[in-house]
Amino acid sequence: MMTTSTLDSTASSALAARPNGPSPSQELRAEVRNLSFFYATGNKVLNSVSLPIYENKVTALIGPSGCGKTTLLRCFNRMHDLYGKNRYDGEILLFPEGKNLLGDDIDPMEVRMRIGMVFQKPNPFPKSIFENVAYGLRVRGVRKKSFIQERVEWSLRHAGLWKEVKDRLTDLATSLSGGQQQRLCIARALATEPEILLLDEPTSALDPISTGHIEELVTELKKDVTIVMVTHNMHQASRCSDYTAFMYLGDLIEYNHSTEIFTNPRDKRTESYITGRFG
Amino acid sequence: MKVAALTAANHPIRKWRKFKESAIEAALFLAAASSVFVIFGIIFILVSESLPFFGHVSLVEFLTETEWSPLFENPRYGILPLLSGTLVSTMIAISVAIPMGTIIASYLSEYANEKAREILKPVLELLAAVPTVVYGYFALLFVTPLLKTFLPELSGFNILSAGLVMGVMIVPYISSLSEDAMRAVPNHLREGSYAMGASKFQTIFRVVIPASFSGMTSAYILGISRALGETMVVTVAAGLQPRMAWDPTQPAATITAYIVQVSLGDLPHGSIGYQSIYVAGLTLLVITLSFNVIGLFLRKRFQESEN
Repeated sequence: MMTTSTLDSTASSALAARPNGPSPSQELRAEVRNLSFFYATGNKVLNSVSLPIYENKVTALIGPSGCGKTTLLRCFNRMHDLYGKNRYDGEILLFPEGKNLLGDDIDPMEVRMRIGMVFQKPNPFPKSIFENVAYGLRVRGVRKKSFIQERVEWSLRHAGLWKEVKDRLTDLATSLSGGQQQRLCIARALATEPEILLLDEPTSALDPISTGHIEELVTELKKDVTIVMVTHNMHQASRCSDYTAFMYLGDLIEYNHSTEIFTNPRDKRTESYITGRFG
Repeated sequence: MKVAALTAANHPIRKWRKFKESAIEAALFLAAASSVFVIFGIIFILVSESLPFFGHVSLVEFLTETEWSPLFENPRYGILPLLSGTLVSTMIAISVAIPMGTIIASYLSEYANEKAREILKPVLELLAAVPTVVYGYFALLFVTPLLKTFLPELSGFNILSAGLVMGVMIVPYISSLSEDAMRAVPNHLREGSYAMGASKFQTIFRVVIPASFSGMTSAYILGISRALGETMVVTVAAGLQPRMAWDPTQPAATITAYIVQVSLGDLPHGSIGYQSIYVAGLTLLVITLSFNVIGLFLRKRFQESEN
């Protein structure tokens, strides 16, 4: 059992939020520092959030609708830059270099090449299964056929989809079932070896069996990649994640080992949320 | 009165409502069916007026003879000159209109902000509002002299400037339909592409355009049909000379231009010259129809991939 006696449950800074450690297996992969986010309308949706992201761990972001968890997730790959004059205040440092992903000198496209994302609704492109997985390589200008083939197979294997699709790689991706499509999207993200994989409620559009597949996959994938996952499903967070951050109205209320959050929450609001009293 | 009685199947109110429903349905069906009647009526008349023509002229001669002179003393009935005029002018027009229309649509749908769109769209639509006869004289009196400055061998009447101007004319049809198709592409596909590190340009050409392929095909087919059927520009600017039109710097006639030219004269009803109008019309219809069928087929195939 981990001890959490020194934990500051209000998580005012990432350092304070960091659970006891660091043990050798817990390298910091990224760190959110005092991040506030404003939409172009002036709405502030994140209030000075600080949060560590550990390498090869799954960090779950939970909280009621509108709490800012998806907004936070989309800061990691600068998705907000696609729409109008949204503004970030604060930093997300990506280690080992410690570069601030939100810096003005950073090209959002480069960030997205390094940090992959899987969306709430499976969004395969209107292309073949093969071309979907090869997409990231193609937009990076990779031409070598044997290399692309190798990466596509590797990704599909790691997304647990290879056996089901290996004889129909040229079929349209849209001919797959919803659960298969979501695993295809995971394979697509894996193909370019992202440093962090963002999952935005990856199972909310799926049936229980497909959800089970994805959850197993997440547990399997963290060997290769650091995962940050938004979920509405508390059981999913407790099953799949190592760390959980509970957010409420744009604030990070509590961050801790998932086992602690779900068995021994520090904050009243966390407790009410995970026991289903609001949200 | 009990409300429950009103819901009984044999209550007069229920019967009256049932009758009204079926009357409305029948009226709507008739309205929808009228377009079918009209097209079948047109096909019937074209075919029935063309049949006597093929009593005089064999189909082989019609399709292989390279001269079209039905009104001369020594008449020849080969559709190829008119067909070549039509196809060449259409090719020139769509090779202007498809790239331009697609680029404009991409800009309007993916790059332009609200303000730019508000200005550009009405201006583009204005392009479609210019009467075609104006385009015809524009081709004849402005574009041809302009082209002559670097194509000195260009004839005063030629299919090149007619085709180019026709292309500009159909740009708004293609751009506006293509833009609608591109804007209908769900945003989560774009986000999926951006999230893979793709640029805007890559996203448009690798995801948005393939995803809107069925709509784009409709736009292209409509543009092609417009070009095939366009009459005024080619009549005014291309010279009304039915000859094999493979050289676009020379005058030629299209099927439509021929029909206009002959309709203006006073041909006796039932003469072979009179029938040749119908034959030309039928040929044009067959071409346009086959483009529509190809378009329908392509759309069907690609719609499967979009759903």
